[in-house]
This record gives sequence, C-alpha cells and structure tokens, in this order.
Amino acid sequence: MQAMYFINGFLAAIGRATLGLFAAIGRLVIFMGETVSHIVRRPFYVRELGQQLLRIGYFSLPVVGLTTLFTGGALALQIYAGGARFNAESVVPSIVAIGMARELGPVLAGLMVAGRVASSIAAELGTMRVTEQIDALTTLSTNPMKYLVVPRVVAATLVMPLLVLIGDIIGIMGGFLVGVYRLDFNAATYIQNTIDFLVLGDITSGLIKAAVFGFILGLMGCYNGYNSGRGAQGVGQATTNAVVTASVLILSVNYILTELLFPA
Amino acid sequence: MSAIPKISLRGVHKSFGDKHVLAGVNLDILSGESMVIIGGSGTGKSVLLKCVLGLMQPDAGTILIDGRAANAGSRDAFLARFGMLFQGGALFDSLPVWHNVAFRLRQGQDRLSKSDARDVAIEKLRRVGLKPEVADLFPAELSGGMQKRVGLARAIAAEPEIIFFDEPTTGLDPIMSGVINALIREIVVEMGATAMTITHDMSSVRAIADKVAMIHNGVVQWTGGVGEIDNSGDPYLDQFINARADGPIESVR
Repeated sequence: MQAMYFINGFLAAIGRATLGLFAAIGRLVIFMGETVSHIVRRPFYVRELGQQLLRIGYFSLPVVGLTTLFTGGALALQIYAGGARFNAESVVPSIVAIGMARELGPVLAGLMVAGRVASSIAAELGTMRVTEQIDALTTLSTNPMKYLVVPRVVAATLVMPLLVLIGDIIGIMGGFLVGVYRLDFNAATYIQNTIDFLVLGDITSGLIKAAVFGFILGLMGCYNGYNSGRGAQGVGQATTNAVVTASVLILSVNYILTELLFPA
Repeated sequence: MSAIPKISLRGVHKSFGDKHVLAGVNLDILSGESMVIIGGSGTGKSVLLKCVLGLMQPDAGTILIDGRAANAGSRDAFLARFGMLFQGGALFDSLPVWHNVAFRLRQGQDRLSKSDARDVAIEKLRRVGLKPEVADLFPAELSGGMQKRVGLARAIAAEPEIIFFDEPTTGLDPIMSGVINALIREIVVEMGATAMTITHDMSSVRAIADKVAMIHNGVVQWTGGVGEIDNSGDPYLDQFINARADGPIESVR
C-alpha cells in the first residue's frame, strides 16, 4: 500500500512536470507566432527599431570583438600544438578561418550577446511589466507587442549576422597575429592559406546561424521580460531565465543547423 | 425613462486560482459622474478597473459602455475614449516628460506633428501646475508628486470621455495629496468627463466623489452619494471610513 502511494506520487510528479513543460512550450510558441505576425502588419515603429539596432548591434561590438579576437588566437595555438603531432602545423590558417566562420564566430557571439542583450531586454520589459508601463501602453492605444517586442526581435535578428561577420574577421585576425608573431608563420602565406581554403559557404552558413541566434536571443529576452513575475524577484528571475533559455536554445539549435547545413 | 449609464457592470466575476476576487459585481456609473470605489487591500478594486479597460478578461458577467458591450467593435476606438492615471504613474522611463504626455497624440492615423504634440503636452503640463521646463526632463528626474501630475496630464491629454484614477494619492504627503485631489476634481468637472477612482484615502473620497461604492467579499457592499457615507448605517462602510480595527471586516485577510 505504501509502495503504491509512492509510485502514484512519483508518476503524478512526472505528469505535472511534463504538462508544465508542454504548457511552457505552448506559451512560447504562441508568443513567437504573435511576434512574427506583428512583424508584417502595420504600424511599424521605425524609430524604436533604429534605437534597438544601435543598442543591440553597435554597443555589442566590443564584447563580440574581444571574444573572437582571443578565441582566434587560442584556436591558432591549439591547432598548432595538435597539428604538430601529425606534422600538420600548416593547417592552422585554414582551420582557424573555417572554425571561426562556421562555428565559433556565430556560437560565441550568440552566447555573449545573449548574456548582454537578452538579460537587459528581460530586465527592461520585466520592470515595465511590474511598474504597469506595459498596461499604460495598451491604454494609450499602442500594442506592446508591436512597440516593444517586434523592434527588439527584428533588431537582434538583423544585427547578429553583421556582428558575426565582424567577429569572424577579428577572430581570423587574432589567429593571424598569434600565427605570425608567436608561431613564426609567414604573414603572406598565412593570408594566402586563409583565402585559399575559406569558401563562401563557410561564411554564409555562419551568418544564417547568426540570424537565427539573434531571433532566439531577442525572443527569449522579450518573452521572459514580458511575462515577468511581480517585484524585484520576478524581474531577477525573468533575467536569469532569459539568459539560460537563450543560451541553451542557441547551443541546441546550433547543432540542428549544423546537421542541416553540413549533412555528414 | 432613466438614462443609460456611461459604465454598467453586471455580474462581473474574476478568479485567480481558488481566489474569487470579484464575485458578481453590479455597478452603474452615470455620464459625468465621479464614482469613487473604496475597499480594503486585495478586494479586487484594481482588477475591476482592469476588467473594464480590457487589460484583464472577466470570467463572467457583462461590461457595457454607453449600453454597448465593452469588447465589441474596434479596440483602438474603445481605448481612445479612456484616460488612465496609474498608481505608480507608469511613465515611460526612456521618454522625456512631454513625449510621455503626448504619447497618444503621436499614435494612429490622425497623429499630431512633433511640434504640435509638444505644444499640447506643455499646455496640459501647465494645467496640472507644472512649468514648461519640466517638459524636457525624464521621469526619473521628477519627484513622486510631479510624476503623478505628469501621469494626470497624460491621462487628460487626448481629452477622453472617461478617466480612471488608480490610487491617485498613494505615496504622497498630505499636502500633495490635497493638491492632486483638487486637480482631479477640477479637471473632471471642467472636462465633463466620467471618472472612476480607486482609493483607500478618505480625504480623496470626500474631495473627488459624487458617488461612492464599497467593494467587500467580491461584491459591491454599499453604494450611495458621498454625502451619505457618514450616516449609511452599513457596518462595513462605517468600519472602513472610521478606520476601526473591530467590526465585520476581518483585519487579518
């Protein structure tokens, strides 16, 4: 009897968690659908979009630049050390370029921008929710989804490819600096190897990933902030959830996109 | 034949989980009337107001504006008839004061130009006793009383037919509360607007109200003219307006 009681309790707990998970996914999908539907319907808040492009794009440049610069340099060192085991040190320029463009550029930029932007969007919208500013927008005949969510999601989707492109260049430059000044590569040969082995598909695949990651981090910041709980604790929780869910989604979607873009 | 009420609530219910906040609210507010709704904390006054505005959907009941269902017709046209002063002001932090005040005037197809909207905003700020220099400040640079005045200016900027005031004097000192109460009364009379105010503050009730409704246990416990509240004979209202701990309203809720 006691055993049955525990089994029932255990199954009920699993059932509740499963239902909760599906309900959360359902809410997110509805929010995403609503966001996408508002993107293509008037009115468009161009000024707000411009502000968000500047805020998400321009002000994220230092973070993305520094991250990719040091990652490119570290990657060059790692590939050189690993390649030395097979007398394949010469692959450093091409692997650094391909690795940055296809994988590390978009993923690291996505994670860094998620940390910087998704959190700030969630905190901003969460505070607006708690202080009734979102309700105030509605009473002033302004749809908060259009005015707050759409500009942020669209801006994140548009600027991420640009950030990643710049990040790729800086990352490859990091590898170049380490290759030339630390590993004694010839500068002209390093650049030639990079150009020879890097194809357009490497870059475009990274930019496609970047756009998807931008959409994800913008959406998760807005979703968590828009549905923030009450008080400082609610806003804090929304901020944490935004960064965690955006990061996990970026990493998992990265795998799916890699499978789709580069099938084995 | 009696006039159609400006706002009419019939059997409005709203629950959050097991908590039945509104359990069949019936209330009529006539055109040009200033109705003040009182009641203890957590009795559903703000929920009622949000249900009228459509910020929350009632579980049951009907809400009529001028005899027509509140959720019928264009939402934008419906909301354009309302102005609202939020409890905390709810000013947009990222916008200067003038833009907050003129926000609605800069929306939609008939929106005003930037300079015209700014002129209207400055005029409304002047109406609530603020100088034009305030127009270019940001909300964070204002005191609580000034933020309330800006919120009031925003609520009246588009000259709405119906204005809602949610706890207009909360967090203000008695003098500033008196100023805000007087402003609300003046503006409502001047505009001929229908007003619905939520408050705990009895000085606000006496300054603003034509009629008073008290909400308790999710229903309108008592309603009548402001002149009748001291002699209502209703034990709930008596306890509330005299701020007594003993009485039919439990002090621990």
